[in-house]
Amino acid sequence: MSNRKKSSLGRSIKNNIKAWALLAPSLIFMLGFTVYPIFKTFYLSLTKYKMGMKAPEFTGFDNFIKLAQTPLFWKVIGNTAFWALLTAIPSMIVGLGLAILINRKTKLLSFLRVSYFYPVVLPMIAVASIWSFIYMANNGLVDQTLIKLGLEPLLALSKKDTVLPALAGMYVWKEAGYLMVFFLSGLQAISPEVMEAAKIDGSRGLHLFRHITFPLLGPTFLFVSSVEFTNCFKLVDHVMIMTEGAPNNASTLLLYYIYQQGFTNFNYGTSSALSVIMLVTLLIVSIPRFFRQDKKVHYN
Amino acid sequence: MKREKIAHIFITAFSAIIAVVFLIPLVWMIGVAFSEPSFQMTFLPKTKFTLDNFKYVWKAVPFARYYANTLTVVLVTFVIQFFTSTLAGYALAVMDFKGKGLVFVIIFMQLIIPNDALIIPNFLTLSKLGVIDTKLAIILPFLGSALAIFLLRQHFKSVPKALFEAAMLDGANTWQVIWKVYSPCAKPAYMSFAVISVSYHWNNYLWPLIVTNAPSNRTLTVGLAIFAKSKEANMQWANVCAATFIIILPLLIAFFIMQKQFIESFVGAGVK
Repeated sequence: MSNRKKSSLGRSIKNNIKAWALLAPSLIFMLGFTVYPIFKTFYLSLTKYKMGMKAPEFTGFDNFIKLAQTPLFWKVIGNTAFWALLTAIPSMIVGLGLAILINRKTKLLSFLRVSYFYPVVLPMIAVASIWSFIYMANNGLVDQTLIKLGLEPLLALSKKDTVLPALAGMYVWKEAGYLMVFFLSGLQAISPEVMEAAKIDGSRGLHLFRHITFPLLGPTFLFVSSVEFTNCFKLVDHVMIMTEGAPNNASTLLLYYIYQQGFTNFNYGTSSALSVIMLVTLLIVSIPRFFRQDKKVHYN
Repeated sequence: MKREKIAHIFITAFSAIIAVVFLIPLVWMIGVAFSEPSFQMTFLPKTKFTLDNFKYVWKAVPFARYYANTLTVVLVTFVIQFFTSTLAGYALAVMDFKGKGLVFVIIFMQLIIPNDALIIPNFLTLSKLGVIDTKLAIILPFLGSALAIFLLRQHFKSVPKALFEAAMLDGANTWQVIWKVYSPCAKPAYMSFAVISVSYHWNNYLWPLIVTNAPSNRTLTVGLAIFAKSKEANMQWANVCAATFIIILPLLIAFFIMQKQFIESFVGAGVK
């Protein structure tokens, strides 16, 4: 009896060792480049640390206090919040619209799907290179078209009021196709019986959409907004190519500010304090995703 | 009935117009890339067809080098991810062990916090390791992939236990069970993850920019960005469009051929 117990204990220890050995190759990298840097960011945010210094110097909340006294910091926070709204909400509206357009029987389906989705696949760097000519002052495609129509050129990227909306327009074009697919699976998950019943009751068109389709898409909306608010913070390639924060920091977004502080000013402490703000934001906006763990979305 | 038919035609026409609007930047770019440089930007090319822009760009920028670098980064990353994630996915799907919950916490941390938010500490780590300005530095942070582990675990869980027991009866060891029984059952998950991994690393810009300096280690995206922002490229949209075309062509072709696979993979990665 005790012998058998011993051997099963031995097997369990062996089993544990085996499992951790299989996990080890992945875990080494995940600990080294995800877990450790998260803690390190929090630690560095409480220190003074610049390039050339031997070791970080603990300074408590100094970095955060200094940031709070810097007007540029508040400008960047404002820009980033504005950017989130400018990109997330229109991307969702356009994404839902595109999903409705391809959730029908049509011979064009394959063409439509490719046209709506292909910008998702392209690198942001390539997209930004093309769009910087589209938005180019006076000579660009947008301004040339306006001039030909006898209108004033827009100079979209050189004015502080238009630079973020212009970048957001490009971003929506790139992102809407991605969100479209989530909305499409949401639409297809609505049972045909419900739609039939509503139609028999005389609900049509906009009325049907507002009172039946839209409420049933609630969980999809929650999920998609979480995905989108996460995505819009973690990309700044377009800022680096198209504006570099110009004019007068009107297009400086949080991640770009982090990059500047870290790799232009070599001020790792400040940069880490900004990263902490970004980490906390990402954590908050990704919460809704966990409510959907059990419900898998499938695209057909 | 007739009203519905008219509505149907109207909506189809509308969706086609929207599709054309979405295609404008691509069509314009291709048109410019293959026409003579001009100072008047027009939507459709007015000059005759030419390959001069490509000839110029290919000479001015070491694209062959950048292509080789990007391909190296993309392939090496995927092959190692394939290996590490299969082992970890198997352990999480099939085995019982102490501390499983902790592993899931680490996985969720990586799913929530992208590498882009950790550029400072990861740069400092790689500096300490002395690998800055190497292709290894571009690859290292991505070798343990939470997403791949998660996708594979889901797939491995659905493999019938009977297959596992039959292999065990035949005297197979764990290693053989993983690679001969489980791994072949998860082809869709590998395919899905391959699309995500390859397009992510093909397109990634910020991280390779931070950890490389020498042209010999630059990737395509970094090379394009440097060219697009250089003085020679200013106002030379024909050249920049040609350079852009060179970079996006492989992905675009892959997407046109396997559009369903691409869309499914991207969505699968988003849903997790």
